[in-house]
Amino acid sequence: MTYKNPPTTPRKSATFDDYTLSEIRRAAATGIYDIRGSGAKRKLPHFDDLLFLGASISRYPLEGYRERCDTSVVLGARHAKKPIELKIPITVAGMSFGSLSGPAKEALGRGATLAGTSTTTGDGGMTEEERGHSKTLVYQYLPSRYGMNPRDLRRADAIEIVVGQGAKPGGGGMLLGQKISDRVAAMRDLPQGIDQRSACRHPDWTGPDDLEIKILEIREITDWEKPIYIKVGGARPYYDTALAVKAGADVVVLDGMQGGTAATQEVFIENVGQPTLACIRPAVQALQDLNMHRKVQLIVSGGIRNGADVAKALALGADAVSIGTAALVALGDNDPRWEAEYNALGTTAGAYDDWHEGKDPAGITTQDPELMKRLDPVAAGRRLANYLKVMTLETQTIARACGKNDVHNLEPEDLCALTVEAAAMAQVPLAGTNWIPGKGF
Amino acid sequence: MPTVDLAKTSLRELNHALHQLKNGSNETAWEVINPKGSHAVAAGVDQPVQIDVRGSVGYYCGGMNDGGAITVHGSAGPGVGENMMSGTIVVKGDASQYAGATARGGLLVIEGNASSRCGISMKGIDIVVHGDIGHMSAFMAQTGTLVVLGDAGDALGDSIYEAKLFVRGKVKSLGADCVKKKMHPKHIDRLQKLLDAAGVKGVKPEEFTRYGSARTLYNFNIDNADAY
Repeated sequence: MTYKNPPTTPRKSATFDDYTLSEIRRAAATGIYDIRGSGAKRKLPHFDDLLFLGASISRYPLEGYRERCDTSVVLGARHAKKPIELKIPITVAGMSFGSLSGPAKEALGRGATLAGTSTTTGDGGMTEEERGHSKTLVYQYLPSRYGMNPRDLRRADAIEIVVGQGAKPGGGGMLLGQKISDRVAAMRDLPQGIDQRSACRHPDWTGPDDLEIKILEIREITDWEKPIYIKVGGARPYYDTALAVKAGADVVVLDGMQGGTAATQEVFIENVGQPTLACIRPAVQALQDLNMHRKVQLIVSGGIRNGADVAKALALGADAVSIGTAALVALGDNDPRWEAEYNALGTTAGAYDDWHEGKDPAGITTQDPELMKRLDPVAAGRRLANYLKVMTLETQTIARACGKNDVHNLEPEDLCALTVEAAAMAQVPLAGTNWIPGKGF
Repeated sequence: MPTVDLAKTSLRELNHALHQLKNGSNETAWEVINPKGSHAVAAGVDQPVQIDVRGSVGYYCGGMNDGGAITVHGSAGPGVGENMMSGTIVVKGDASQYAGATARGGLLVIEGNASSRCGISMKGIDIVVHGDIGHMSAFMAQTGTLVVLGDAGDALGDSIYEAKLFVRGKVKSLGADCVKKKMHPKHIDRLQKLLDAAGVKGVKPEEFTRYGSARTLYNFNIDNADAY
């Protein structure tokens, strides 16, 4: 009888996993890096790693649906003659017309307005759809200055100077030729069908001292009426926040690496920047060190999905949060109803991120007139409003359970962390201990 | 003619008064004295008024100008006429960096020299510089015309789109995708009109060389990667 050696189970490498291998083959075949939309997809320490403690003998809770729990927030009172007041501490982040269709921008405006909050333009100028349907509209001032003009600056409710975004701190944008319709091309002063690069730096200022003068100019042009936000990616949150305050910002918008983009390199999205959770405490510390916490408001974005995330961001010191990816999902992005079409594009509902290609089956990230018709801006706006209201109720539920009559009274002392990493980043104790990594015992 | 003394009146009051002007206002000629390098002088003007600034200004003079005729009787700091929509800005002296950045219309005349990044990301403005311009001028210039009577610094027109560049003197180097182009009669006509509008005497359009985009970087190609 011959003895047969037992077979070795085929073993795949953890380092060279299937995704990595497919990327090597794709790069070798195409000669171009992978460009995609959305934010970091890798697993990161996040709000899921935090828990609220709730009320107990030492804290007493508030009655749900009966005792008031305020959610409103005023933004821009530091310098602006006309600060804005939002009913809920959740705003809709900047997303460009060009990247999104006109009806999608309209839907964002409708949904935000119904829920009592603001929406934001993007790298492509202000469209009539969004101005007309947004009670409160934040106008982004970007390096490309596509579509920038003083009339739109004056009919905005606030102005957001974009220095960076979480998906790509230090990177510019690219709108590929296939999405450049006549209308998009005209708004950007470029020929149709060519790739449109959005610069990574502003053309007429460099550094915080120049930024202070740039803010002065914008305030002068708008007669000091509008709140001025500065948006930064999650790179060096302590210093970026401090410098934004020094430059004269009314509001700092801080976008962690889970924050989405319309299109950039995969390698950039996954490897540059810090997780949202890691950015909040340093930014709040900068505001506190300058005695500006709650005077200059902090809006946090990047991976906000539900009321628990909102409550946790506020507890760590944010004044409001902003949603982009989640807002698109509420409109209908990546909906399984289009599964057959996602399959035809080589992907699946929930994973579709080739937003730059303009073939979105849901009709949101496209300029194709036929695909665009699939999105009803009224119904989609209603869905966004519902979602924003649910998140607000969830935030209030948690705040009441922690005994707070205003969601902004949530504090780090209401939290514990499930992992050492999250405890270190959020600077709250590891669950079951009184240990905050980095703070000694 | 209203005269505003910036030694006595705040910048905010000056700009607010200019923004309050309505179409058809009789106050069509303004004089600003003692600017002493103030920033954002006459920013956001949106009526066809003449504004004479007696002295040098800081950053962003005439920023986003839409119809005003602004003359700086001195030199201008960075970003003069940035994002101008229409109207005219004349700088009698020199201009610092980013003159006419991202501007969409109107005419910017610099009678002295302009520093680096003149006409960066320009989107339709016409710029005439009587002297020289610095490096990286017309970077990512989209549309509009940049006319230089003197020399241009390094990397002129890097990553240029459809803007037209005319240089009378030497160009130290051209940026990525910017090439020398032939002058056609329509370019001669265009240039002559701009020289006339900018008050340039005794200079012929034929003395200039035209530069523009080779259009090889308009759509991404990995084999062009060393150009980026």
